[in-house]
Amino acid sequence: MRIFDPHIHMSSRTTNDYQAMYDAGVRALVEPAFWLGQPRTSVGSFTDYFDSLVGWEPFRASQFGIRHHCTIALNPKEANDPRCAGVLDVLPRYLEKDGVVAVGEIGYDSMTAEEDKVFAAQLALAIDHALPALVHTPHRDKAAGTERSIAVVRESGIEPERVVLDHLNEVTVRMVKESGCWMGFSIYPDTKMDEERMVAILREYGTERMLVNSAADWGKSDPLKTVRTAEAMLAAGFSADDVDLVLWRNPVEFYGQSGRLDLSEVDATAGEFEGNSVLRGARK
Amino acid sequence: MTTVGELRAALPERASAWLETASARVGADPAALRTLFPGVGRHCGRGPLGIPEWTVDDAVRVLLLTAASDVVNELPGLYRYGDANEKRAVLRGLSFVDPNVFGLELVADALRTNDTRLVAAAMGEYAAARLDDSAYRHGVLKCVFMGIPLNAVAGLDRRTDEELVRMMRSFAAERTAAGRPVPDDLVALVPDLSREDS
Repeated sequence: MRIFDPHIHMSSRTTNDYQAMYDAGVRALVEPAFWLGQPRTSVGSFTDYFDSLVGWEPFRASQFGIRHHCTIALNPKEANDPRCAGVLDVLPRYLEKDGVVAVGEIGYDSMTAEEDKVFAAQLALAIDHALPALVHTPHRDKAAGTERSIAVVRESGIEPERVVLDHLNEVTVRMVKESGCWMGFSIYPDTKMDEERMVAILREYGTERMLVNSAADWGKSDPLKTVRTAEAMLAAGFSADDVDLVLWRNPVEFYGQSGRLDLSEVDATAGEFEGNSVLRGARK
Repeated sequence: MTTVGELRAALPERASAWLETASARVGADPAALRTLFPGVGRHCGRGPLGIPEWTVDDAVRVLLLTAASDVVNELPGLYRYGDANEKRAVLRGLSFVDPNVFGLELVADALRTNDTRLVAAAMGEYAAARLDDSAYRHGVLKCVFMGIPLNAVAGLDRRTDEELVRMMRSFAAERTAAGRPVPDDLVALVPDLSREDS
């Protein structure tokens, strides 16, 4: 079984997670830029983070045989902080980097006027840089937020097939399917969505334009939820080909629209990054 | 030293065509470098150029710097926001465009990293002509320490002095005491490497 996790925050995970993911079949992933679990207070904090997403983290992943790509954006939570607004000015530099496969996470948190402005500006950047867009749907007032997100996407002029709306559930999936955008689901231990509910959604809405991710981060989450969903699909009677479509070919098709996915086999012995090896003890 | 003409002549056709269009843009507006510089590998390729030590993307990036108007103000940003490939190209470009006061700052930043690609690129002709004695010696020693071949370091023939030789002997003694090998190119550089008065 080959797995592509289209949304996981590896910066907050350990090398044990990388090893467990590889052992379970994960060979590629996308790490979206988001907040840090606590608010940032300056633009420099973002640019150091972005440098890590295009530099250190892909190197760390490669040590475990996993291809790492990322998305870059000013996230909706921090779009409200005037100290962070300057990030928008440096985004064009990062959106041209080789490992960047979408603009994201963008969208709404509390649906403020600042979020409106930053969301629209970043959809325009996605068009300018010929990148797809990853849209986070809000945790609070989700249905209204999703509806409004679809409207903003439509107004922006970006093609719906170049946009994924993420963190969907039973209430929001239908309107996104009808919009022509891709549908993303984050499988969590207790909250957003679980494996069994995901299987039921796939039964009802089909496997087309569907993305399943672990969204694992620094909170209670599990980087193997993609694999657990694949297993639940098989147990429920989906074929191995259905599983391959949802957990590999779909994310490849979506992020492949960037023209920047590199899915060649990783040479895990390829040296060091800025002199740091994460395989401590392996050096003689 | 490799010249702009030699780099240009060695480029494959696809890279030349892209460079021509991109050069016109940065000639008119140097800020265009900010978004053209990162994507060079995707558009032009990353293979060997046919000139030793040069790749196609390195050469295109350096040529792009030479084509930009008023490039000096863009250099610090290109380096700061560059990934390792972009940073390396800026460092190689220091010998091709006049970086004014920024040149040695960028060299110093690269020499602080532990990235062999950046350290090697930093110890080029630009640094060899301008680093003070102490910084130059420590740059050379860092290369030896990191296993960077000394043929990547410019200026050794004219800048090797007694103090550098002493540092090398001391390094060799430490390695030998630890039962670890001394790099071959160090043996070639320092006569009488194992002399005991060091």
